[in-house]
Amino acid sequence: MTKAFKELGLDATPLAAAMPAFCASIPAGELRGICEQARARKARLVALWGSDETTRRAGYALHLALAFPSGLLWVSVPLSREDPHYPGIADIYPSANRMQRATADLLGIIPSADADRRKWLRHGAWPEGAFPLRKNVEAAARFAQSPDRYPFVPVEGEGVHEIPVGPVHAGTIEPGHFRFSVVGEKILRLEERLGYKHKGIEKRFEQMTLEEGAKLAGRVSGDSTVAYAWAYAMAVESATGTEAPRRALALRGILLELERIANHLGDLGYLGNDVSLSFGFFQFWRLKEDLLRTHAQLFGHRYLMDAIVPGGVAKDLPVAAGEALAGRLAGIEREVATLKSIYDEHAGAQDRFIMTGQLTPELAERMGLTGLAARASGIARDLRVDYPIPPYQQLDPRAASHTRGDVAARVAVRFDEIFESMRLVQTLVQQLPPGEFRAPVAAAAAGARGLGWIEGWRGEVLIALEATAGNRIHRLHPHDPSWQNWPLLEHAVHGNIVPDFPLINKSFNLSYSGTDL
Amino acid sequence: MYQLLKQIAKTGIVTGPAPLPDATLRALEQRLGQLILEHFGRALAIRHVDAGSCNGCELEIHAMNSPYYNLEGLGVKFVASPRHADMLLVTGPVSRHMEVALKRTWEATPDPKLVVAIGDCGCTGGIFGESYASCGRVSNVIPVDVTVPGCPPAPVAILQGILTAITPGR
Repeated sequence: MTKAFKELGLDATPLAAAMPAFCASIPAGELRGICEQARARKARLVALWGSDETTRRAGYALHLALAFPSGLLWVSVPLSREDPHYPGIADIYPSANRMQRATADLLGIIPSADADRRKWLRHGAWPEGAFPLRKNVEAAARFAQSPDRYPFVPVEGEGVHEIPVGPVHAGTIEPGHFRFSVVGEKILRLEERLGYKHKGIEKRFEQMTLEEGAKLAGRVSGDSTVAYAWAYAMAVESATGTEAPRRALALRGILLELERIANHLGDLGYLGNDVSLSFGFFQFWRLKEDLLRTHAQLFGHRYLMDAIVPGGVAKDLPVAAGEALAGRLAGIEREVATLKSIYDEHAGAQDRFIMTGQLTPELAERMGLTGLAARASGIARDLRVDYPIPPYQQLDPRAASHTRGDVAARVAVRFDEIFESMRLVQTLVQQLPPGEFRAPVAAAAAGARGLGWIEGWRGEVLIALEATAGNRIHRLHPHDPSWQNWPLLEHAVHGNIVPDFPLINKSFNLSYSGTDL
Repeated sequence: MYQLLKQIAKTGIVTGPAPLPDATLRALEQRLGQLILEHFGRALAIRHVDAGSCNGCELEIHAMNSPYYNLEGLGVKFVASPRHADMLLVTGPVSRHMEVALKRTWEATPDPKLVVAIGDCGCTGGIFGESYASCGRVSNVIPVDVTVPGCPPAPVAILQGILTAITPGR
């Protein structure tokens, strides 16, 4: 499989992980060439982050995760201590823009002068020239609040005015700032400013052991706690050479699909609510609450937090509990089918859904849209299908696929995925392998690397881990698919009216916490 | 339309009973008079502020609006502006980037006002603690009347915290 990388002139070594994964190190001068060739070979940029290697007698490093058809490639670019610069790649992979800026804010690893060098995660908590993720900065360091000036792009013209929204929003939503430039009711431009929730998650990981980190991983983005916990467990298992038992893998599959169903139920309710179909809100949230109560009863937590641990799962599912789960899901599935036909035939709702917040497949492909939203814009990619790990290998999962790219398509993807996840859970419950549900986790060697990559309900969640002595974390980057999708929301609202923004935003339902870190 | 009405009739009323107040959740001595609280208790307007949570607590605040918990039946209503609010429901450790926004929201809320901090992070700073980027618990930034622990606390626990805040103390 390394043949594909040889053609790129890369000396890639396989990394023991649940999916095909490889590592390669390249000089900064080759970065752009490799990215151009990778893009030409249909490889996607999954994540970009940096690390401080000065405690290991080196300088800094830039890291990229690229998804090739043959597997995930972790590219590292060593940079000097004195001058950690590299050529930017946002013209090749547009989604790299904000990741490059975040890396510059946190580590002082800076792209070349032609790149967008505006700050991203830094507001006022630390001053320009300070880099909190560097090893010589204590986690408990306090910087004086510095003034936060951010150059929004001004839109000029007759009748254009600005509507600033947030960070505190009108509803129960995470904080972020949206700057609309509008003419009348029509949106000419939306500019997002995020980073309000930055609470130092990556620095916090570096104070933890591999065991302690599991709990924090499950709280990077609470709505995707199962996806993060699984990706984290995968990364630890990959770094330590631990193999989770087959029963644990099947149970993880059940947990991940339940998380997907619960989130989709909630979103479908809110999408109804946002088009004044409050009937939909109450019905879907009743079903979601039924499912959450079932979670609490069977797995001990309404959102399944801490259910997945490195080495396996925290709690087994006895036969009777599995049967109870299957029965409740069948009941919910029947009701979702009824509600789907009501949504499908509701003229008022469909009128608001169709052609609202549209993203064409061409734009989605070019900009790197991912996950649920991508599957609504003609990109039928799904890690469960494209790189199936156990238990998905035996289940033959189907990726949802719609092409219109509007709110209606994102509603349709959610319905399709609920039914498919129901099928997957029912099959897994029936075919639950016997045996242990948790294996002991070996210690990681200093410098050991691990990768975890999971298709959460929103899209692909990546955990890239590097261990250090004492089974501790040297560097951990948790990557949320929202990094890729937030910039596309700015495109999706073009030409729509301001009152449709909450609906369009909800149809993506992106994570603030997952990207503010 | 027929199908929609049929579904409503079939579902019936699913709301459960409301929890009783719990004095142990009280963080501050009651600052409000009985008279005002009686008034509040019948129409309480809440402004939610996410000051840096993982978004887990928000899931439970959303769930509290499900038909299982008849929030508006208890006189509790979420409002869009702090200027219309009697109570702030604050989640998360307070990130340094939200410190100013939280203080401003608190200042914009008319007196007398109540603050309920939600979740382990709101109560203690939780797993994120205090750091270069996090101020830790909510009471490090604004005065808090009632704290509701949990990760995240279930809707009934949040509701209990709200009811505790609007019940006169001993």
